[in-house]
Amino acid sequence: MEKSLDPRIARLDIQRSDEHSTPIGKHEYWETYEVFVQSRRGKQHIHAGTVHAPDAEMALVFAKEQFGRRQHCVNMWVVATTDIFAFQYADSDMFDTVPEKLHREPGGYKVRDKIEAYRKKISQEKADKS
Amino acid sequence: MNKEAVKELMLKMADDALIYGHRLSEWTGIGPILEEDIAFSSISQDKVGHAWQLYQLLERDFGMPDPDRLGFERKESEYKCSQLNELYTRNYAFALLRHFFMDHAEFIRYSLLRASSYEALAQLAKKVRGEIKYHVLHADTWVKKLGAATEESHSRMQAALNEAFPYALGLFEPGPFEQELIDSGVFIAEEELQAEWLDEIRPIIEESGLQLPSNAEAITGGRSGNHSNDLAALLEEMSEVIRSDPGTSW
Repeated sequence: MEKSLDPRIARLDIQRSDEHSTPIGKHEYWETYEVFVQSRRGKQHIHAGTVHAPDAEMALVFAKEQFGRRQHCVNMWVVATTDIFAFQYADSDMFDTVPEKLHREPGGYKVRDKIEAYRKKISQEKADKS
Repeated sequence: MNKEAVKELMLKMADDALIYGHRLSEWTGIGPILEEDIAFSSISQDKVGHAWQLYQLLERDFGMPDPDRLGFERKESEYKCSQLNELYTRNYAFALLRHFFMDHAEFIRYSLLRASSYEALAQLAKKVRGEIKYHVLHADTWVKKLGAATEESHSRMQAALNEAFPYALGLFEPGPFEQELIDSGVFIAEEELQAEWLDEIRPIIEESGLQLPSNAEAITGGRSGNHSNDLAALLEEMSEVIRSDPGTSW
């Protein structure tokens, strides 16, 4: 084996193994868990990423450092990736909206002008009173 | 408040945090898995941060040199860390048991310090206690898992525990100013701290299927500057950069 330039690796004194591979034993292969972080109490938990862990308890321990370290966070969830049910990307055309249904999207409502007019009216009334 | 007494307490806490933090940082890049690598590295940063804050108070309130000088430029015999924290990290099991013993002690120490009559230290304790709570959770989770996972993991953990425990008892080596600290309401006796610590760790050790040695003698000396051979090598490595250009500003 090439000697590593990294002293931390070098002092491990890893010997070259002549065996090409060894079977993976119990506890060596870990599942993945999906991590959801909550920035404030009452807000929704938002998916932040994935950690490898042997069980959910350990997944939380790892998730705290992976995803709670650089952002404000009050709570976390972890869920085994295999417990997540998802659509196939091949079916993503289900989410397409035909132009005639624009009224179902938030931007489809033409109420901005009415709200502005109402606000103006209220503030005018207040000004008149004082 | 007896200044010498408080200085002694803070210096041993700061040195423990710095030396222990350095030992933890040695896992950066070579942790057993990526997630654990990140966790240990992050805990290490927390510890060095605690040391830095304590050294800052020592400079501000006790007229000691600045944190860089204090942390990197003292003679070996001037460090007050316990021998547990300076020991060469034999293997991962040893790293975990040291982590477990040390952070349970830290958590109780800082929890109690929230009520210290030395206000700056009480404030610091309130601030860092949450971080140490996570460090304890991390240690407990690993100790419980590996204590009970397989025959091999159990025997490695028990061997590490047997070796680390007498050094862990040395964390509570009484200092020369214990009575002054108690009288002025700064801190409690180390002996009391040790009793609380044993009450905390015993059920977790039992749950893990591990056993505490029944007649262990504390290995002491660190608090008075008598260290194992491992500290000199650690200091040599830790201060290598700062010695390469003495007096420079960072």
